[in-house]
Formats: sequence, C-alpha cells, structure tokens
Amino acid sequence: MKTTPHLRRFGITGRGLVVALPYLWLLLFFVVPFVIVLKISFSDIDLAIPPYKPLLEWIGKYSLAIKLNFNNYVFLFTDSLYLNAMLNSVKVAFISTLLCLLIGYPMAYGIARSKPSTRNILLLLVILPFWTSLLLRVYAWIGLLKANGVINNLLIWSGAIHEPLTMLYTPFAMYVGIVYSYLPFMILPLYANLEKMDWTLLEAAEDLGCRPYQAFYKITLPLSRNGMLAGSMLVFIPAVGEFVIPALLGGPNALMIGRVLWDEFFSNRAWPVASAVAILLLVILVPFMMWYQSVQARESAGAR
Amino acid sequence: MATSAGAVKAAPWNDPSARPYVEVLRVSKSFGDFKAVDDVSLKIYKGEIFCLLGASGCGKTTLLRMLGGFETPSSGRIFIDGEDMTGVPPYERPVNMMFQSYALFPHMTVEQNVAFGLKQDRVPRPQIAERVATMLDLVKLSGFAKRKPHQLSGGQKQRVALARSLVKRPKLLLLDEPLGALDKKLREHTQFELISLQDQLGVTFVVVTHDQEEAMTLASRIGVMNYGEIVQAGTPSEIYEFPSSKFVADFVGSVNIFEGKLIEDEPEYVRIASEELGGTIYVSHGISAAPEAVVWAAVRPEKVFMSTAQPEGSDNVVRGAVQDIAYLGDLSIYLVKLATGKVVRVTQPNTSRHAEAITWDQQVYLTWDPSSPVVVTR
Amino acid sequence: MNYRRSYFIVTCIAFGFAFLYVPILSMVVFSFNASKLVTVWDSANSPTLKWYYSLLHNEEILDAAWISLKVAVINASGSVILGTLAGFGLGRFTKFRGRFMLNAMTTAPLVMPEVITGLSLLLLFVALEQTIGWPAGRGITTMTIGHMTFSMAYVTVVVQSRLASFDRALEEAAMDLGARPLKVFFVITLPIILPAILSGWLLAFTLSWDDLVISSFTSGPGSSTLPMVVFSKVRLGVSPEINVLATLTIGVVTLMIVGVSFWMARASRLEKAAA
Repeated sequence: MKTTPHLRRFGITGRGLVVALPYLWLLLFFVVPFVIVLKISFSDIDLAIPPYKPLLEWIGKYSLAIKLNFNNYVFLFTDSLYLNAMLNSVKVAFISTLLCLLIGYPMAYGIARSKPSTRNILLLLVILPFWTSLLLRVYAWIGLLKANGVINNLLIWSGAIHEPLTMLYTPFAMYVGIVYSYLPFMILPLYANLEKMDWTLLEAAEDLGCRPYQAFYKITLPLSRNGMLAGSMLVFIPAVGEFVIPALLGGPNALMIGRVLWDEFFSNRAWPVASAVAILLLVILVPFMMWYQSVQARESAGAR
Repeated sequence: MATSAGAVKAAPWNDPSARPYVEVLRVSKSFGDFKAVDDVSLKIYKGEIFCLLGASGCGKTTLLRMLGGFETPSSGRIFIDGEDMTGVPPYERPVNMMFQSYALFPHMTVEQNVAFGLKQDRVPRPQIAERVATMLDLVKLSGFAKRKPHQLSGGQKQRVALARSLVKRPKLLLLDEPLGALDKKLREHTQFELISLQDQLGVTFVVVTHDQEEAMTLASRIGVMNYGEIVQAGTPSEIYEFPSSKFVADFVGSVNIFEGKLIEDEPEYVRIASEELGGTIYVSHGISAAPEAVVWAAVRPEKVFMSTAQPEGSDNVVRGAVQDIAYLGDLSIYLVKLATGKVVRVTQPNTSRHAEAITWDQQVYLTWDPSSPVVVTR
Repeated sequence: MNYRRSYFIVTCIAFGFAFLYVPILSMVVFSFNASKLVTVWDSANSPTLKWYYSLLHNEEILDAAWISLKVAVINASGSVILGTLAGFGLGRFTKFRGRFMLNAMTTAPLVMPEVITGLSLLLLFVALEQTIGWPAGRGITTMTIGHMTFSMAYVTVVVQSRLASFDRALEEAAMDLGARPLKVFFVITLPIILPAILSGWLLAFTLSWDDLVISSFTSGPGSSTLPMVVFSKVRLGVSPEINVLATLTIGVVTLMIVGVSFWMARASRLEKAAA
C-alpha cells in the first residue's frame, strides 16, 4: 500500500495505520495488564482500597525505594494448597484432553467422511451447542447428576439401583462437565484437518495390501497429527485455568487453580497472592501456547 | 504466425531507427536469494503480439508482472511509450492485464465488471454505457450484460476479462496464459479471435505462455526464456528454423540433435563428424565456431526423409530400424533406432492412403537436405 | 469418494451427539415442569408455563439481560472493526514491524484461561484509575473494553482465514484497472468477505453475551450481566427459571442458525437457477 509522499516522511504508511489501531489496543489492554499483574505479585497485601501497597516509595526527597516482596511466591510454593491445586489442574486438564480426543476423533472422522449433504447438518449440530451459553449447559448437568436428578430418578425407577448415586460435587462430575464443554473445540480443528485429507491415499494403501485398520493407523492418524495437536491445545490450555465447571459441578473438594485464583481474589481480597498465582499459571501455560502457535503456522504453511 | 496490420508487417525490429513502444532495459528481479529475472533487455514495437515463452519457473510471469506494475524490478528500467514507468503502481499505468484466473469480480454483473476501469477514470456515465456496450458487442457477449460471473462458462468468462481489460484502450495489454483453461477446440478458435481483435483495436499485446503451439500461432515475435533470461527473441519462423542454442531447438517443436566435431570449416559449408550419428553431416552454409570445436547439428523431424532404398552420397545418410510408430491422423511419427543406439524422430505426412507402409523393425535409410541442419555451438 | 459406512463410526457419532444433546433437551423438557424441584416431575400440574411467566417478569433478570445486550452489541461492533483491521494486516501484509507481536497478541486470548485475562484487566483498570483518574470505577465501559479485547482475537482469526482463501488476483485486477488500494478494499475486498465479517460479528456478540468470568472481574456495582445473575442463582442449585432461560436461549439460537442455513441454501439455489 502506498500513501501520499508527505505522510511517508513521518514514517506513517497506509499499512502502518491499518495495523496500528488493533496493535495499540492490544498492547494497552492485553499486554500492559500482565506487566501490572507481575508488579502486584511483588507487593504486600494491604487493608486498603486497592488492597495492596505500592511498589515504589519515596523515602526522603530524592531517594526511591522499590520493595519487591517475594513472599507471595514463597507462600505459593510452600503452602500445599497451591501446589496441589496446580498439579490437580494439570492432571484434570490432561485427562480431559485425552477423553475429548477419544470421543471427538471418531466424530470428526465420521463427519469428514460423510456425504456433503449430511456433513453440513452434522457440522451444524456440532456448532449449535457452541453457540448456546456454556454456563447454561453446565447447569444442565447439575439437573442430571444430582441426588434427585434425572439420571438417578431414571435408574431408581427402572430398578437398577435402590439408593441414589452420588455423582454431583465429585471429580467425576467435573470431568463430565469439562469434556462436555470442550468437545466442540476438539472436534472442529480435527474436522478441519481431516476434511483436507486426500482419501485416495487410503485406497492406494489398500490396493498395496493394507487392511483398513492398518491404513488408518499408518496413514490417516499421522496425517491428522496437526489437527489433533491443535484440538488438544484448544482444550488443555483453557481447561487448566477453568473456573466455572469446578465451581458448579466439582464441589468444595475440587481443587482447581482457576477456582483458587478466584477465591483468593474475591473472597480473601488477597490481590497480591492472586496475582502471583496468575503469573505462575502463565509461566506454565506459555510454552503450550507457543507450541499451539507453531502447530497453527505449520498447518497453514502446509495448506499453502 | 500473426497477421497483424501495419507496422508489424514491416518488421520494425529489423529497422534500427524504429522507436520501440515498450523497452525493458537490463531488468532483474530477485526474491531473496532466488533470481527470477536475470538482466533482461527487450524491445517491443507498437502493434506487436509479443509472446514470452518458457517452462514454469523461467521468470516469464515475473517479467509480465513487472510490466504491469505488480512487481518492482530489483534493477533496470522499464519504458512504455517513451516514459519511465519503472516504479509506477498498476493503477497509474496505461497498461492493463488479463489474468490467468480471469479475476472477474464475483459480486458485480458483466456490465459492471467491464465498466469498472472506466469508473475509476471518472468517465461520464453515458460514455461508459456506450463504450461498455460496444466492447461487449465486439466480444460477442451483448446479451450477457446483466449476468454474474458464476453464471458464465469458461470461454464466456474469458471474453468478459478481455473486454474489461480492453475497454480502457490501454497502450499495452498483458495476457497471462490466456488460453490455458480452455479445451483444445475452443483454444484454436479463441487464438484466431484474439488475433483479429488485436488487429482491429491496434493494441500492443504481451502474452505469457508455456505452450509453444500457442506462441507460434499468436506471436509476431517470441521471446524464449530460461532461468530468468531471454535466450532468443525472434519471429516464430526464426525461432523454429534458426534456433540459437540446443535449448531453443529442443524447446520449440521436436528436434534431432547430433553432437559432433567440426572437421571441415569453410565459408560456404561445414562438415561435422558425429559419433552419435555414426557418420558425417554436411551443412550447406558456414558457421562461426572455433576449429575442431564441439558443435551440435539440429535437424527437424519433418525434414528427415525415410526410405527403404539407399540414397546416394555419404554425408547426411544413416541406416536404422523402425522402433516405434505413432499414427496421428494427419501425420505419423517414426522413432528410428540407429546402429549407434541413438533414436531419431521422423515425421511424415500421411499423404496417400495406400502408401508403401513402413512397419516396425523395418530397416530404413534416413537422409536430409544439406540446408536443413542448423548448427548450434551451445 | 467411497462413502463407506463403518458401524463403529456411526455408533460413535450417535453416542457423541446424544452426549451433546441429552443435557440440552432435558433442560427444555423440565422447563415445563411445575415442581420447584425441577427434576422431579410433578405430573399433576405439568406441563405448565408458569415459570415462563415468572421469568419474563423477573426484574433482576430482565435488567441484567438489557445490560448484557448493550455490552454485546457495542462489543461486537467494536471487535469487528479491530478484528478486521488486524485480520487484514496479518493476512495481507507479509512483513511489517511488530508482525510477530500482533500475531501473538491475537492468538493468545483464544487459549488463555479467562481468570488470567479477567484478573489482569481489572488490575489495569484499578491502576489506571489511580494514576489518571479514568475509568472512574468499573461498570459497562470497563466490561465492554474487556470483552472487546478478547473478542477481537476471534474476529481476527475468522477474517484472516477468509482472506487466505481469497483470490489475490481480484485485488490486483482492480488496481490494474485504476483503483487505488483503499478503494480496492472498500469496493472489492470488503463486499466479498462481508459474510465472514458478519459471522465474526455474531461470534463476538455470542462470546460477550455468554461471558461470565471476565464480566465478573471487570464489572462494577449495578452492572451485573445475565450470566453473572444466572451464576449466582445456579451456585445454590437448580432453579426452574434458569431452565426457562435455557430453553429460550436454545430456541433463539436454533431459529437463527436454521434460518441462516435456509437463507444461504435458498440463495445458492436461486443463483444456480439463474445460470
């Protein structure tokens, strides 16, 4: 893009103007906040509004003191609550990702291999829950899983059991909730990847003596690697920090780091500690986010 | 061979005082380390149909895009009608391009597509309507004005693209593989339509193609490109009958190339001893080469005579066995294997139905006229 | 292509969709249940519309819905502008200063846990208030800013991927015919990618409408959104009015999606007929 020569003198190009607006916005409202979180994670808690002491303090007329309080971080590493919550979150996210993969892959595969007319309907059916509120759909599971909920009522009425099963407020309920909510995020990237596949490769393999299952294992699976990785990242990373599902389905014992952060912030008003938790969570997740970026780059390069 | 009117018939490229309409002066273009166009210089005259011919990746499309303003040369200059247009963007050039994919605006009708360029020039409305109607008439699409691109066939889309790019009466029209997407019959028909259109409007064309048949039909002159360079520029007959290198000889049409050594080098003739051939080649014109040099003699398949009786003379004669025959209707292609192992390609028109049929494995003699071989030194 | 039907795959798909839809359908069914316990079917008094009546007169919910609507509309419109600019920049300009940064900033929000984004935004607003006095307290403005920050990332992805499959020759042809780059964008590119931009708008709207976590962090007194109200109700257990809300939401979304699909199918049928 070219602009008039006199503007160019100031280093302003048409291109520059186009990207400047979103760039500056994100810089201010996305990146700068992280710096502030970092800063506050080093402050002391204070019974004031806002509930933290400033980092920089004037001592006398010309000297500035910076007080970096590492206590918050020490606290995180020594108190078992946070360590457990962190490990538990990663564990739950990991298992949920695997479950989403197990359930989602056959679905994505089936949709990709179906006739174009059926395919559109199936895709619509996958996308529809995505457009309805997550909150409400998680709420639905409360009604299904609770002591006098639908599932229990059905089982008791059919005589399969005599006492209601405790399903709500257990880790089981949390897994169900997470897998349920994130399933579309696994199916869609997988589908996008499988849809581009050249199915004649499988025919060639079978022509050369491969059985269908072998062909799948040796050809389809490796070629769908990028789709699997993208879907896994789209499930794993946000699931680690998930708050709503543990809060509604997990019960008081469901220790997820997202919930810990929320409680620290809203209930305890311990902003510095919450900030430290956020930073720690970021540090753990950034490598995965970068991995996701590189998978996306590879996928688009392959498509071109 | 194009039959465009006026200046072209007078072959301005042979006249040193003629002013070129488009001049490409030592233009190079690099993308990173890759040199797509390497020091190309060209003179294109008004009213010509100039074809850039080459395989994929030879740089012809890059050169075309530089003429259109979509790429800027890394070095060198481009002059159009005397003006230096090297850095000028496409929307300020009196040049229009017909894209390979036609690039018709899908959300506009045929009429709106053709009128687009005129609107950008702020031509008054009544004039636009008139010029669009005339143009559509010229490309025989008058009834299609209100249709949208997706409602047109491939050939119709192409004519809309042509109309759109010609309605502005550009000084230069660039065509990127214009006939590539058409089937054979349509292609032939469109080739002649293009020539007729160009003749009527007098616009200078530069066409990029990898199809040498297309180039031979359309062009007043052809520029053969390889690895970013123009290896030879000339009229179709010059290129075909007098290729300047093995590459050009082989690229345009089929050819038999015999490697050999110059054993006699005189102003009126040369004699070449070729191990490949298993004999000597006598050429009835002189060439400029170093004594005892390694040269190549190129003989076109249609210039090779094949018979079962041994011809006279010891030069330009060789024996072989027919290895393969391809019957193409109007002519037949024979692959004849010589004693040295070299396979020679011979084409003969099937002039009579019951000619003495030459069959597989038959022993034949091949010969050619001394004026037929072209000797190239590279 | 050989459309082989594998029983295994078909069963998987059937179970998968059952898994996805049974909870949704159960909510719809029980919204007509007279019993306050929601899941215990009161056959004597059901089906009934009494909870529908009660929801549509619930001031708290109606106010929250109004706020959610305002935020969602402003957010969607703003996100579309920012996202289209960013998507265009990333999709069209191969190199520019800050490309890596812009790319990172538009992909990170897609995967980042909302608690982190929410927390950081709140701390930003507090710090800003302290230093320059704006924003004065948190409310609709801060919520909208927060929503826009993550919604625009989604719009960027949608626009970028649409531009990837866009024939560049169209833009070059327009320039070749005399249109300057800005004109090319408005007359050629924009009309063609308009469907993608519209779906980006809808996406941003939905994300904002449904958002809980970021809203909770960035809202202030008196600016509770619908999800926030629903969440506080739902923490205490089931509530029949929430079932009604769910049914209404699902109904609207389904109608919209079905309507759009029909409209698109009809449009393509008309085009084919005119050919």
